[in-house]
Amino acid sequence: MSDQTIPCIELNGKPIPFQAGESIMQAATQAGVYIPHLCHHPDVSPHGSCRVCIVKVNGRVKASCITPAEEGAVVESECDEIRQLRKRLIQMLFVEGNHFCPSCEMSGQCQLQALAYDLNMLDTHFDHFYPNRAIDCTHPDIILDRDRCINCDLCVRASAQIDNKQALSLGGRGQQTHLQANCESGLLKDSGIESQDKAMHICPVGALLPKNNHYPQITGERIYDKAPISEVGNVRPENHQGDQTKGPIS
Amino acid sequence: MSDNKVKVATCSLAGCFGCHMSFLDIDERIVDLINHVRFDRSPLTDIKEVGHCAIGLVEGGLCNEENVEVLKAFRENCDLLVSVGACAINGGVPAMRNNIPLEECLETAYVNGIGVVDPQIPQHEDIPPLLNKVLPIHEAVHVDYFLPGCPPPADAFWELLTAVLENREPNLDYSLRHFD
Ligand code: SF4
Ligand code: SF4
Ligand code: FES
Repeated sequence: MSDQTIPCIELNGKPIPFQAGESIMQAATQAGVYIPHLCHHPDVSPHGSCRVCIVKVNGRVKASCITPAEEGAVVESECDEIRQLRKRLIQMLFVEGNHFCPSCEMSGQCQLQALAYDLNMLDTHFDHFYPNRAIDCTHPDIILDRDRCINCDLCVRASAQIDNKQALSLGGRGQQTHLQANCESGLLKDSGIESQDKAMHICPVGALLPKNNHYPQITGERIYDKAPISEVGNVRPENHQGDQTKGPIS
Repeated sequence: MSDNKVKVATCSLAGCFGCHMSFLDIDERIVDLINHVRFDRSPLTDIKEVGHCAIGLVEGGLCNEENVEVLKAFRENCDLLVSVGACAINGGVPAMRNNIPLEECLETAYVNGIGVVDPQIPQHEDIPPLLNKVLPIHEAVHVDYFLPGCPPPADAFWELLTAVLENREPNLDYSLRHFD
């Protein structure tokens, strides 16, 4: 009998089935439960770096995108303690970079900003770093605005695992960590990256941008203007039209 | 003229007055409001010194020494201090100069800039010296409440003020929480 039962975790009080080898994040996504995340994307391998996907697993705080689901595990993803920790993580991401939302092309469509809204983050709490980060405008079609890059590594993984290019990499350590073009000059124009690459359509923030077609959506009709990210999911503008989301929500 | 009205002070530091304009977008509700509040120091009254107030609304971040002085006077005199708008909360557009050395900013504007006549960096005892970096106000004083937005919507001001008048915690709906 027991070997025929589908294994389950208990997520926010409800049983959620999973298949062997799945992470808590994968099991939750399958079951339609949204766990906030920034460095995770279903199409590439997990990275476990942003920690925004933290949940309580049997009382311990763990990153759900890299924690395997285990039979009987009791998981909480929305308790006050976790929400507060998540808010502090988002605030750290804000002060670590230079995020001036009013002038950002991705404002209203940005997953970092949307998580801040959903977590009722009204202020940045910490002292701002105002780091000095170089912008790369060398590519004819693409801009890399490092001020807004959260070093989530999604574009790096997409380039390597989907585009088969390895056009990008993360360089430096700690506070000096930065996204770089993976070539001798270190410049985007020499990296082989192209507009249609998956790497160009995975950035959760306004860091890796096309040079054209900015601000196409008017305020009030952008992805996260009306509904929070916990309802809409981590959606990119190219997969979103009006109130309709194309493809599976992740 | 003593009455039971709640005193409110407002100021614009390194801001553009956009937050004040958005506050005035409460439109006819301002008639209701002035039945309950009296404005102390504010660009709306032209009173120059802040007296003891229940609420201080601060627009803009800190870009010069005068901003710091005014902010400290607000903190000393206001029971509740509110950081209003993107510039007060994270420095906003003025803080975009933070990655350029101050001297270079001044030289570009007043010495090497296109069309500059009589190039010189303005210096006078009446001109407050600039800070090296523009700072959000919570880095200098304790802040009690925050109204994000560039500018915050009129309804966010309304919710904050009515909450304080009704002695409850302000609660901004999803539609009132935005950073742009
Ligand atoms: S990337 Fe997101 S959080 Fe950063 S400035 Fe743009 S909209 Fe704001
Ligand atoms: S450019 Fe975007 S996708 Fe790439 S590391 Fe930075 S934030 Fe992540
Ligand atoms: S989404 Fe899990 S650590 Fe970033």
